[in-house]
Amino acid sequence: MTIDTLLMSPALILILGAFLLPVFKGSLRKVLTLTIPLVTLVAIWQVGDGVQVTASFLDYELELVEGNNLSRLFATVFAIMAFAGGLFALNRNNVTEMVAAFVYAGSAIGVALAGDLVTVFIYWEIMAVASTIIVWSARTEASAKAAMRYAIIHLFGGVVLMVGVIGYAQETGSIDFVRMIPNSFATWAILVGFLINTGAPPLSAWLPDAYPEGSWSGTVFLSAFTTKTAVYVLLVGFAGTEILIWLGLYMIFYGIIYALLENDMRRILAYSIINQVGFMLVAAGIGTEMAINGAAAHAFTHIIYKALLLMSAGSVMYMTNGKRKCTDLGGLFQSMPFTALAGIIGALAISSVPWTSGFISKSMTSQAAFDEGLAFTWFALVAASAGVFLHAGIKFPWFVFFQKDSGLRPKDPPWNMKAAMAFFSILCIWIGVQPEYLYAILPFPTDYEPYTQAHVYEMLQLLLYSGLAFFVLLKLMKRTLTITLDVDWVYRKLLFNAARKATIVITKFNRSFGSAKSKLVSKVITLATEHHNPRGVLARTTPAGEMAFWMIVVLCAYLIIYLFV
Amino acid sequence: MKEQKITQNPQKLHWLVRPKTIKGLWIGGILLLALVTGLGTTVHPHTKFGIEGTVTFYSWYGFVTCIGMVLFAKFIVGKTLGRKDTYYDN
Repeated sequence: MTIDTLLMSPALILILGAFLLPVFKGSLRKVLTLTIPLVTLVAIWQVGDGVQVTASFLDYELELVEGNNLSRLFATVFAIMAFAGGLFALNRNNVTEMVAAFVYAGSAIGVALAGDLVTVFIYWEIMAVASTIIVWSARTEASAKAAMRYAIIHLFGGVVLMVGVIGYAQETGSIDFVRMIPNSFATWAILVGFLINTGAPPLSAWLPDAYPEGSWSGTVFLSAFTTKTAVYVLLVGFAGTEILIWLGLYMIFYGIIYALLENDMRRILAYSIINQVGFMLVAAGIGTEMAINGAAAHAFTHIIYKALLLMSAGSVMYMTNGKRKCTDLGGLFQSMPFTALAGIIGALAISSVPWTSGFISKSMTSQAAFDEGLAFTWFALVAASAGVFLHAGIKFPWFVFFQKDSGLRPKDPPWNMKAAMAFFSILCIWIGVQPEYLYAILPFPTDYEPYTQAHVYEMLQLLLYSGLAFFVLLKLMKRTLTITLDVDWVYRKLLFNAARKATIVITKFNRSFGSAKSKLVSKVITLATEHHNPRGVLARTTPAGEMAFWMIVVLCAYLIIYLFV
Repeated sequence: MKEQKITQNPQKLHWLVRPKTIKGLWIGGILLLALVTGLGTTVHPHTKFGIEGTVTFYSWYGFVTCIGMVLFAKFIVGKTLGRKDTYYDN
């Protein structure tokens, strides 16, 4: 690979640039942290349509960089996220986390620009490793354990994907990453490999298990890339696959229900990621141009407002020595007005309030379901829109910044953290007010108009009455020191206990068997000693006369038998 | 990152959390709810499934589905799957 091809691969700029960070210190490192993502962003905008960079691998030609509207849109928001995340984490004194974060973001861009399945797989696996390091970088006992569980799930997903890619290459003789139909073992394996990274059932629990254990800055990066690259590959490979609609609907309501019961503010937001990715899966499953535009737009806006919410939560953690539980927080708007405002803007955007980014993106998915006459899906999406306001739009800011007065008076965080929140807050509102700029970079041309009088009134009714339900049931919403069991109970408790019990049984068996074995061996030794000791029957020395006597006896017996028998 | 605890003087509550303000917010909120429901009746959106075109649909649908979700979460999922948050620590 030449320097020219290297420069034409935006993913490699970010990945290799990440390794420059430990080389420098102080201001220079900070400048690089902000510059590398911007250079990557410029490189992404230079990627034209079609295959741009290739490389040989075995008998195949890898398409390392292939451009189109969809891939550029995802790559663009990944680079913007790397920049804002870097700005937010500028005062975090952990270069390992920052290197991992840029490698993570770079490989997500690599997936978005990949033209073949092998390239997708390679970047996919780099993402798994880099994101595991980010979880682990919090350097707590809980984060180390969560990182291990996270790695196991993602390496398992990677193996499933690899099996699918190999099978697909054998079946078709091609590794081109194009639209597929899940009608063979290989294509199903690829679909399952992709779905594991979306947080789809039954393995949804890896996300709320691992992401909240990252550091105050690490979780901001974690929220953006894995699930959204998974949405991207589903849009390319499996758009229009009906099962995605049902999986997406499950994820939407799973996220709402679990978030409603959650006490940890970052786990609330983690469940909310699954909820939002559910909307994107539904859109991918519908598969029309409007739906794919909706999923792509929603991924773009979601990365920004979810990162903003997690920046707000991260700032609270940073300024309160790591407090995360709603039961410990409350009343922080008084001393952290900037952070509270940023959190509220993120909450309004995720709730699709008119004039925020979520309104102009989520509406497209609902419209696609409406246009296709999918009544059940449409009614579920409308109810889910109200549910999003309930579990994230109100719950997060209410329990963190308002509710009771916790007595805590932390200040707003340092300037770089505020600047990152300000940048994303402005984007949330700007995209909501001026949607035409986002619509212009969507995969398909659109003349969708979100701001009709009817649609604005409908959404305001839906959200305000959802808010009424929240305050009417406020006593039921009061947080307790509880968690809600999920499928991860199987491998964190059931299998763990089963393995522990099996170990105890095997150890006991080994002990009893070992003691029986010792007894048997000692009996054999005793017996052998008895008969083979110098005085034993079988080993003692006998006189020659006695031997001759017994020989005569034997010979006589033989003679008698020979003569008379 | 210094954590400070301040004993709250009830006489010096932040204006936003004073009982008078909260009462005002409730009244304002109810008026706002009435206003958006009223505005909803002034437009006639394109309907496909029938019920979504009826008057006040989005108001009651948003309220009822949210009540349903909270009750389901609290009394079905929470009762069956809820555990102390130290569950996995032991």
